[in-house]
Amino acid sequence: MRFVLETILRLALWLLLAPLLPGIINKVKAWAAGRRGPPVLQLYYDLSRLWSKGVVMSTLASPGFIVGPAVAWVALVGAALLMPLGGAGGALSFRGDVLLLVYLLALARFCTAWAALETGSAFEGMGAAREVSYAVLSEVALITAVLSLSVQTGNVTLTDMLALSVGSGAVLLAAGLFAVLLAENCRVPFDDPNTHLELTMVHEAMILDHSGPPLAVILHGASLKLMLFAVLLSQVVLPLGQLAPLAAAATLIGTVFGVTVAIGLVESLTARFAFKRVPLLLTAAFLLCLFALLLARKGGVG
Amino acid sequence: MSSTMNLMIGMAMGLNLLALGGSRVPQVIRAVAAQGILLGVLPLMLEHEFDWMVALVAVVTVMVKGFLIPSLLHRAMRAAKIEREIDPFIGFVPSLLLGAAGTIAAVAAARMLPLLPEHTGTLLVPGALASIFTGFILLIGRVKAISQVCGYLILENGIYLFGLLLIHSTPLLVESGILLDLTVGVFVIGIIVDRIQRAFDSLDTRKLTVLRE
Amino acid sequence: MREFLLIILPLAGAALAVLWPSERTRPWLMPAVGSVHTVLAFWLLFSPPHVAPGAWFGFDPIARSVLPAVSLLFLACAAYGVTYLRIRTERPNRVFVASLLAILGLLSAGHQARHLGMLWITTEAVTLTAVPLLHFNGTSRAFEATWKYLLVGGTGIALSLLGSFCLGYASVRGGGNGDLTFVALMAQGAGLSRPWVLIAWVFLLVGYGTKMGLAPMHTWKPDAYGEAPAIVGAMLAGGVTTVAFTAVLRVRAVINAAGEGLAADRTLLAIGLFSMLVAVLFLLGTRDFKRMLAYSSVEHMGILVIGAALGPAGLWAAFFHVWSNGLTKGALFLSAGNIRRAAGARTADEVRGMSSVTPQSAAIFVAGMFAVTACPPFGPFFSELRVIRAAFETGHLAVAAMFLACLLFAFFGLTRLVFSIVDGRPRTAEKGAAKRIREKAGVIIPPLALMGISLWLGLATPAALREAWTDAVAQLYPAP
Repeated sequence: MRFVLETILRLALWLLLAPLLPGIINKVKAWAAGRRGPPVLQLYYDLSRLWSKGVVMSTLASPGFIVGPAVAWVALVGAALLMPLGGAGGALSFRGDVLLLVYLLALARFCTAWAALETGSAFEGMGAAREVSYAVLSEVALITAVLSLSVQTGNVTLTDMLALSVGSGAVLLAAGLFAVLLAENCRVPFDDPNTHLELTMVHEAMILDHSGPPLAVILHGASLKLMLFAVLLSQVVLPLGQLAPLAAAATLIGTVFGVTVAIGLVESLTARFAFKRVPLLLTAAFLLCLFALLLARKGGVG
Repeated sequence: MSSTMNLMIGMAMGLNLLALGGSRVPQVIRAVAAQGILLGVLPLMLEHEFDWMVALVAVVTVMVKGFLIPSLLHRAMRAAKIEREIDPFIGFVPSLLLGAAGTIAAVAAARMLPLLPEHTGTLLVPGALASIFTGFILLIGRVKAISQVCGYLILENGIYLFGLLLIHSTPLLVESGILLDLTVGVFVIGIIVDRIQRAFDSLDTRKLTVLRE
Repeated sequence: MREFLLIILPLAGAALAVLWPSERTRPWLMPAVGSVHTVLAFWLLFSPPHVAPGAWFGFDPIARSVLPAVSLLFLACAAYGVTYLRIRTERPNRVFVASLLAILGLLSAGHQARHLGMLWITTEAVTLTAVPLLHFNGTSRAFEATWKYLLVGGTGIALSLLGSFCLGYASVRGGGNGDLTFVALMAQGAGLSRPWVLIAWVFLLVGYGTKMGLAPMHTWKPDAYGEAPAIVGAMLAGGVTTVAFTAVLRVRAVINAAGEGLAADRTLLAIGLFSMLVAVLFLLGTRDFKRMLAYSSVEHMGILVIGAALGPAGLWAAFFHVWSNGLTKGALFLSAGNIRRAAGARTADEVRGMSSVTPQSAAIFVAGMFAVTACPPFGPFFSELRVIRAAFETGHLAVAAMFLACLLFAFFGLTRLVFSIVDGRPRTAEKGAAKRIREKAGVIIPPLALMGISLWLGLATPAALREAWTDAVAQLYPAP
């Protein structure tokens, strides 16, 4: 009974707080540009507005067009349930759950790309191809980061990996994971979320033809993914497992907020990279995680 | 003391990779300058008592490596109006991966070499080997003359790191030798880069292919 | 005291040249300093001073055996230089004269360096001082050659510094007290840390080998020797390579004392034969006669290094060869410079029949070519014969066979190019019938004198020289 209550509470936390993050990012960008910008709760208004609209669907598209976003959203919710929240641990946790997390993220991406290809439009196909090719490099970095955490702590359970104290490679891991965060959540310098030129889009292009509730589901899923990565990043850097529960929760919230503000600042201050330079940046992120892995190994052996 | 030194050498090794990945020439110059400043300050960490000679040499090294040489290079770069390294011989991602592989190999190799007890825990030898390797990659793989000069400077930084191993036994020689090498060499390089730019109106070393059989 | 004068005098002359106001009379500083230097050097040759064991500089047997050759070469180049600079009045000669004099002083210092660090500092200073000399001609080709020289040479210097550090660390790790004179290092002998000694040898051989011009680090040589004025080529080929060779020898003695002499000799043999091979391959194909001289220099550096690897007898022959090669190369470069100036071009496609245009220079050039390809009765024949004999005596029959084969093919390449330039109907870069040019004595007598000395060396090597070479060999192969 208590477990059910806890899970519902946890779910509510994730689902209700996630749309706040893009709002914070937009506010920070507006502040950096000297504007007032949209309200922080803008995404909530957008989601409710989209939910009450109808769906425009191509007669040639298969049900995958609708199924894709739905499965992606469910996968992301599952990943959120796996992610530990400070000292509270994940809703579910078992040996090797970190692999399930990575696979759920990959499943979400696959379904989104599938739904994009369903439309048969050139723009969506281009966006899907770009997104997947970025993913090849960023997943390497992510997996190396996960490896380094598991070598450092000797565990393959997310809760245990993130709960133990931070190692010497934390700075490197943080930098690498931050780059992966930017890449996976289509932020500058990898992708501009505000662009309206289809040929420059990566992620936005995939959802050009979605409308109504499926679009709302996709947008909510994207904000969920952003919160997922931010929480992961915060826990990698800070030894939250060693603090008292209340202090850990407060620190976690503060750090997630800090990461979001950082994303907003990075978006305001850097320009988008040319496509051919993106592999360089992702390789650099991979190398940072690799060096963290080697440090963890050396710390264990030497 | 040793951990701060290791941290600084670790940052210098990170700057190597930054120089390898940078396609903008000012970025590479800045990485080399930062590395020079880091390494110039390093001897002060090694000495246990404060020695005037060492401090003086450190100050001069920082001035030369961190400010004088980069300003020379910036001036050459502005005169030649080049800002980017386009299409090098060894691409940016391969050279970054090569540099990382070289760094890892340097750490592994340094573990197999016999060192004095005071040097065994430090990153001096791996940092030196990694910088030398990075310098070679830049020298061979880049096309613009200024990038090649930056590669040479990183090579010199690596050798300087290695020289710090001997700083207790033959301090004056090591430091004065390196300083002489650096100042005169770069002075000459500065002049030559300027002349080359004037003669060829570019610093693309692919144009230096007239002399052949 | 006299040995320090050898270093200080040319450096003072260089400073004086910088301050000297008159362009016309400045070149005379060169033969003035050069003649005093040669007198001093030969005086020291015939009555060598006592060298304190721990001294950082000293006129020790190694310096005694090769420095007078460098001094003689400089004197000839200086005498040539006066007339040369009078012909090339379109370029200011302040930096040229000063650099040339500075190089002489630094070469004297480098030969006498008995300390690992001092050796490096002097060779590095020589490298950097040669840069303004290389682009004296001011053309874009000269800049290209200077850039390659600087990059390859600079990397070589950096590597030899690294090797010096490695050797120093080998000493410190082996319990040394930080005394890096070669005497102290050799005394530490087997106490030197073995892995560091081997690493140091590799870096030092590559670094100083780049200065010598051994393959595969020779890539700067053809461009540099081809584009530089003849005097500069002569001094580089005869002087700078010699100091790099003495550096390699001194280091090799330390490696030998540490117990890795066999490995060192094997690497020297390999790199020497490789240099000869590469040089011969390019000699067979080149069409530019100044680059041809560069390849010939690479070949002779290979011969020197092979001699050094063949034990005491081979080393004696190598010292002999330093003299005969240096003087002959000097004559070749100077006469080639005359020919190039008269013809206005450097390749066999544009230059023909120079024996009608510049008969004396052409004659010296041909004689020099014969000398350098080991024809008797010139000096190189006798020195190379001794190298081959040393190879047979130490049982390196394959080495001797390859050596002879390379000499044969070098002979083919050199004679083909030289005769195609010298024989036939006269043709130069300017159109129209080339007529005979009256050659000034100032550019004929120095190379002629060098050829004469090379001949004399071969036929009647002075006893003082033989004794000097024997002493040098004894210093490098100390009796246990």
